[in-house]
Amino acid sequence: MASTLLSLASATPSASLSFHEINKGKLNRGCMNKEKTNPFIKAKSFGRVSMVVASNVSRFEGITMAPPDPILGVSEAFKADNHELKLNLGVGAYRTEELQPYVLDVIKKADKLLLEKGENREYLPIEGLAAFNKVTAELLFGVDNPVIRQQRVATVQGLSGTGSLRLAAALIERYFPGAKVLISSPTWGNHKNIFNDARVPWSEYRYYDPKTVGLDFEGMIADIKAAPEGSFILLHGCAHNPTGIDPTPEEWRVIADVIQEKNHIPFFDIAYQGFASGSLDTDAASVRMFVARGMEVIAAQSYSKNLGLYAERIGAINVVCSSPEAAARVKSQLKRIARPLYSNPPVHGARIVANIVGDSALFKEWNAEMEMMAGRIKNVRHKLFDSLSSKDKSGKDWSFVLKQIGMFSFTGLNKAQCDNMTNKWHVYMTKDGRISLAGLSLAQCEYLADAIIDSYHNVS
Amino acid sequence: MEDEPHRCFSFLPTFLPLHILIYTPNPVLPEHNRTKSAAVFFHILTMIISRFLRRGISTSTSPTRRRSWWDHVTPALKDLINAVTDAFLADPCPYKINLGVGAYRDDEGKPVVLQWVREAEGKIGATNFLESTSTAISSKLVEESAKLIYREDLDVIKERRFAGIPALSGTGACRIFAEFQKRFYPDSTIYFPDPTWSNHRNIWGDAHVPGRTFHYYHPDSKGLNFVALMDDVKNAPDGSFFLLHPCAHNPTGVDPTDEQWREISSLFKVKNHFPFFDVAYQGFASGDVERDAQAIRIFLEDGHSIGCAQSFAKNLGLYGHRVGCLSILCNDKIQAVAIKSQLKQISNAMYSSPTIHGISLVSKILSNPDIKALWLKEVKVMATSIQRMRATLREALERLRSPLNWQHITNQAGMFCFSGLTRAEVDQLAKEFHIYMTHDGRISMASVTTKNVDYVARAIHEVTASNRDTKILHNIGAYKVNTDICSTFLGTNKTRARGMNLAL
Repeated sequence: MASTLLSLASATPSASLSFHEINKGKLNRGCMNKEKTNPFIKAKSFGRVSMVVASNVSRFEGITMAPPDPILGVSEAFKADNHELKLNLGVGAYRTEELQPYVLDVIKKADKLLLEKGENREYLPIEGLAAFNKVTAELLFGVDNPVIRQQRVATVQGLSGTGSLRLAAALIERYFPGAKVLISSPTWGNHKNIFNDARVPWSEYRYYDPKTVGLDFEGMIADIKAAPEGSFILLHGCAHNPTGIDPTPEEWRVIADVIQEKNHIPFFDIAYQGFASGSLDTDAASVRMFVARGMEVIAAQSYSKNLGLYAERIGAINVVCSSPEAAARVKSQLKRIARPLYSNPPVHGARIVANIVGDSALFKEWNAEMEMMAGRIKNVRHKLFDSLSSKDKSGKDWSFVLKQIGMFSFTGLNKAQCDNMTNKWHVYMTKDGRISLAGLSLAQCEYLADAIIDSYHNVS
Repeated sequence: MEDEPHRCFSFLPTFLPLHILIYTPNPVLPEHNRTKSAAVFFHILTMIISRFLRRGISTSTSPTRRRSWWDHVTPALKDLINAVTDAFLADPCPYKINLGVGAYRDDEGKPVVLQWVREAEGKIGATNFLESTSTAISSKLVEESAKLIYREDLDVIKERRFAGIPALSGTGACRIFAEFQKRFYPDSTIYFPDPTWSNHRNIWGDAHVPGRTFHYYHPDSKGLNFVALMDDVKNAPDGSFFLLHPCAHNPTGVDPTDEQWREISSLFKVKNHFPFFDVAYQGFASGDVERDAQAIRIFLEDGHSIGCAQSFAKNLGLYGHRVGCLSILCNDKIQAVAIKSQLKQISNAMYSSPTIHGISLVSKILSNPDIKALWLKEVKVMATSIQRMRATLREALERLRSPLNWQHITNQAGMFCFSGLTRAEVDQLAKEFHIYMTHDGRISMASVTTKNVDYVARAIHEVTASNRDTKILHNIGAYKVNTDICSTFLGTNKTRARGMNLAL
């Protein structure tokens, strides 16, 4: 463009400032130009003389490409691969034995019911659908939990797990400025982004022990103890993502002891309730234990996996307070945070969940389907373990495959070994060694075992 | 017992929020730079004191006796607009009327499910989708949304030189842009028209972008204060960010004429300002989606790179589904890809994406010519009925021989009427007549029906006839003076008279 006065070759954010400064000087000239070809339209001449000044350079010239998402990038690479024996073990999305996405039967029924009811699509209140908020808290804490009867839980519908975590992060930033969130090492990649963007400082506590491919319990306790008093400890309620390694009930008790001792606040991220063991109550045991001790607890829920409602973005943030009055105040502030984020949450997913959980027949059906899904994954774990044990003659202990729980398994493979999995065996997984068992079929277990054994022993 | 001495210190945690006032953390780094030592000192002091306090707290299982983490959390101020609905819901009066929220109602005052939505939903069903499909549907939504607002035949659209992502309706789109603006222009501010939708301030505020205002509404004429607007645009520092309502301004319903938009666009070019359009009512102002996009088309003709937040809540009737689109026009495809990646990253840490249900509905309707035609008809019906109600309300007030000038009811456009009622009059309407509206006197015309219009007119007449000093505010003479000022500037004395002319 002829009128481009600057060449912003450097692609750094600071380039935007220099663009600004440069323009300050130039604009005072106010040049009168005839109609120019501008990059946006082949304009019909309006016969007007327009005052065009140095404005064909975009203001966003200096913006660089954001790094690709490490998880979604796996699926893209998988799609691009033409090999017939490829496996996509990247994204944590449930697949059937035929490796198809699965829409739960209860969802189809609930959707049909909603269509027939023909309900309007008016705005929900900022805190979301009341019926949904009621059932989601009951699902997590138990219908008869005293905290619910005493109205001590502030529940706000959120945009699945991500949105609910973001609300809580904003609450922490606003009311506990400077307080840190401790996240496990490793943890779901988006946790860091959420806290960064919410301007909440975070640090890590040891969690995964590569030597045992299990929990580094001593390290975890030590790091939680060492954190400044009044920190927020982010815990995965069940089926830890990405490792699949959960503390035992006894270990949970010790964790609760330490958190109470240091006056930290437990912050649960529960994305797999029902999906880990197949039982909704069992998977909520850790949260309920903390609550039973009288602790104040934050808990984010997601229905993406256990109801397969990934793309309907339905979840909730719950804050268990020591009094109903505190819960009311906290809820009002969560609403205050949500309004300038998205005004009010989407209605569709909330209605589906409320219908399913609120109807005893549908709820029973859901429990059965969840057991089926969790059961399939357990079967796959067993098959994989059997294949590994029988094929690998080195005596390596592969039992961690059985001990881990939920959709994911941390194989213990390093980056080079993961690359071998992909390049040689066309097995797509994240570079931290995580495989999504939900994307594995029984028929493929032997092939995968071969791949893992080869990568583990022959690549370093 | 051990809690007794703690109570006298219970005020201490309330000091914690002061931290917000006395330092601004670096938003980019995960570990904040504490540059304000006073804040650090104070924080350490409260930590020491609270540690002293809390040492006494045992692992008591009796929660009611223990100090809560949340003692210092005060109740939030109620959202202004929702508070109106809350008050309305709490009112037991059987003939109460809610003129607060901007949501379209039929003549019975009931929410409307548009026919096109039912048709499209029947086709979608329980979507059996893959992640790849939802990516494809999202791209389709962005593409169709851009065509709707920018015009299909523009090169920038044909060549895909724009970055866009689906967003959680208008609010979500504005918020992502505000965060994006903060990230790449960290010292910038945003100029809002005075007045603007109440949530705009919160959105940019929570993104830590300071807000300023430019003159917009003229309370005397109940129209546009064009002279002052141009002055403010001229006096703003070069390269400022401006938020503009391209049609059906919320809350005033006052829109610039095409000629005024051209002047504004020219001045923006000289000043190199960045125009960000909040498009919440395309199709709702005039009944014609093309007509309502005129302001944006004018800016595009002048070669501006603009940004746009589109909401499909009102015009597509999808309120609760939260579907919208954020788009930013770019110089080339490479830049478009880079900007899109940044927008995606911001939304991923916020809520990842809007619902597939809502996105599917919108992309279906915009890309299917039959359903789209059905929609365009329905939008025209809604807009026309609002225009009709504007005329009816004005006539009713004039028939009651109200001494005040109610021309602005039909001059203003879109869903809202800035009535000019004072706060006291609004309160009186709620208390005595059970009619609810926001405190600034904004009436949602979409909730005025043939059944309630006479009652509303009578109520407004009652509260205004006795209270108002007619000389000062609704004086026809004052209105004429203002149009003279406008005509001197513009060389024309045409003011936009929407609603009176239904054939637009």
